[in-house]
Amino acid sequence: MDTDEPLIRARGLEKRFGDFEAVKGIDFDVHRGESFGFLGPNGAGKSSTMRMVGAVSPVTGGELRLFGLDPATDGKAIRARLGVVPQQDQLDEMLNVEDNLVIYGRYFDISYAESRAQARKLLEFVQLEDRATSKIMPLSGGMKRRVTIARSLMNDPEILLLDEPTTGLDPQARHVLWDRLYRLKQQGVTLVLTTHYMDEAEQLCDRLVIMDEGRIVAEGPPAELIRVHSPREVLELRYPAGANAEQGPALEGIGARQEVLPDRVLVYADDGEAALSEVHRRGASPESALVRRSSLEDVFLRLTGRTLVE
Amino acid sequence: MTTASTRPRATNAQRAFPLTAMLLPPALRQAHRPFRILERHWFVGKTSFIWIILGGFFEPFFFLISTDLGFGGLIDDIEVGGTLVPYVEFVAPALLAASAMNGAMYETMNVFFRINFDKTYESMLATPVTVGDVVIGDVLWATLRGAIYSVAFMAVMVAMGMTSSWWGVLMLPGSIVIALAFGGVGLTAATMLRSIEDFEYVPTASLPLFLFSATFFPVSAYGDLGWIVNLSPLYHGVALLRALNLGQLSWGLLGHVAVLLAIAVVGVSVAARRIERTLLT
Ligand SMILES: Nc1ncnc2c1ncn2[C@@H]1O[C@H](COP(=O)(O)OP(=O)(O)O)[C@@H](O)[C@H]1O
Ligand SMILES: [Mg+2]
Repeated sequence: MDTDEPLIRARGLEKRFGDFEAVKGIDFDVHRGESFGFLGPNGAGKSSTMRMVGAVSPVTGGELRLFGLDPATDGKAIRARLGVVPQQDQLDEMLNVEDNLVIYGRYFDISYAESRAQARKLLEFVQLEDRATSKIMPLSGGMKRRVTIARSLMNDPEILLLDEPTTGLDPQARHVLWDRLYRLKQQGVTLVLTTHYMDEAEQLCDRLVIMDEGRIVAEGPPAELIRVHSPREVLELRYPAGANAEQGPALEGIGARQEVLPDRVLVYADDGEAALSEVHRRGASPESALVRRSSLEDVFLRLTGRTLVE
Repeated sequence: MTTASTRPRATNAQRAFPLTAMLLPPALRQAHRPFRILERHWFVGKTSFIWIILGGFFEPFFFLISTDLGFGGLIDDIEVGGTLVPYVEFVAPALLAASAMNGAMYETMNVFFRINFDKTYESMLATPVTVGDVVIGDVLWATLRGAIYSVAFMAVMVAMGMTSSWWGVLMLPGSIVIALAFGGVGLTAATMLRSIEDFEYVPTASLPLFLFSATFFPVSAYGDLGWIVNLSPLYHGVALLRALNLGQLSWGLLGHVAVLLAIAVVGVSVAARRIERTLLT
């Protein structure tokens, strides 16, 4: 394999379930050592894409290569080099925490003694060494997620696939996970993750694609996506319930662009404070106002007309 | 990079055994790691294994005791292949065959939970493990349970003096073939169950099989309809073990073995295809 050939390469990649097209021809490359993300709302086709990349779901159109290999013919060889954290944990509830890892290592033909040693090392890495003999059931959501991550590292994967690694976790558990993933990234593991949280995408991804309804609508490093697709600042205005929609005419011409959402009005401007002064000058003062930096959420809204998390 | 073909490449095994390549579906041909699956099941089952073994003893014990006490004195000797044998010696190998069947079938019912609730297979299939590994591993595990039941049963038979020939030792491999066949049948059945309620159909299918496989009376008792018995997979197991117990060896026995092995291959292949279609979407 060429040194500059991407680890993952997709061209016109499609996934069809019967008549329904979940992934409608997407192109992307993931390079070694990179941390790459799919950001998009529920149903965008993120998991469908990840399952194809994981060589468990047959590609129904287009081309997909991992390590230069075709998942249709070399699925086993590809899976041997991947670590997979699926959207649902799928831990073996019949086995305790450590045995979950040991047996999983055996699926990769790692010797029993080596698998046991690797399991202990990884439980330490995810800070669960004191839970080694616990059953799976009593663990919290965040702990199960960490066991799943430890399990996915049993074969020292070259690429780690993480499908919504922190969805459903409380903020503290999310930070613990982010910290562990950041360490892996520093160790040079190539990360591919999906998320519908823009803060997660900003924290973990060097580069990402924004997905919507089976298509990629934008691609780039998070900061660049924001710079290209959104003015620097956002002025958030909240008017009394039901009155947000009526503000249109009064705010016309302020900032570069405006979005009226059910609960607030967003004014996009390079200088948010100046825009707010103009709002007050026109006598359209809101109940509350807030100036913040543009985020990936704004990019998504701009490109699709919808919000990421409903 | 361009690939010339999307067809899977022939493995060494296929080149060496073209016949296997024709008979076995691709999922099974790619199986190299079934023992990893056995290892997983052993990890899960090792603490309760003793109960399975004990269960294997008690079931035949009660069966044989009740047959011996109940029917032994009431029913005359029965003619099998030209010799008269006591009824108990006639029935015991048939019950042994049923026991191997049950051991394997009980075990495969766990497959339903592994597919639908535990998601055990899904995490296995994210690794180099293939569907072929999973089904072969599962059928071997089911066969192991059937074999344990059989050993227990044979021990009880010997202790109660229900064996009549040293050839009877061959009933063990015979039972293993039966367990293999019903492991395959059970695996396919487990992929067809849609919900826990569907488990009620399992005895509906297995009880008539148990009763009408020349288990309790010779094929001649079925009169003109005797040929129908041949359609029962269990009958081939019963006929095989009965002949071995009496030491009545003939080439015809290989026919029964062939039928049972064919059932195993079909059962495992159909199950593999169904699991592939459910999980690898
Ligand atoms: N096995 C399947 N059969 C039919 N439709 C599916 C299947 N898996 C996913 N879909 C559909 O494909 C679309 C994309 O799903 P998914 O890839 O899970 O999106 P995401 O992970 O971005 O939420 C959804 O509309 C979903 O209902
Ligand atoms: Mg998803």
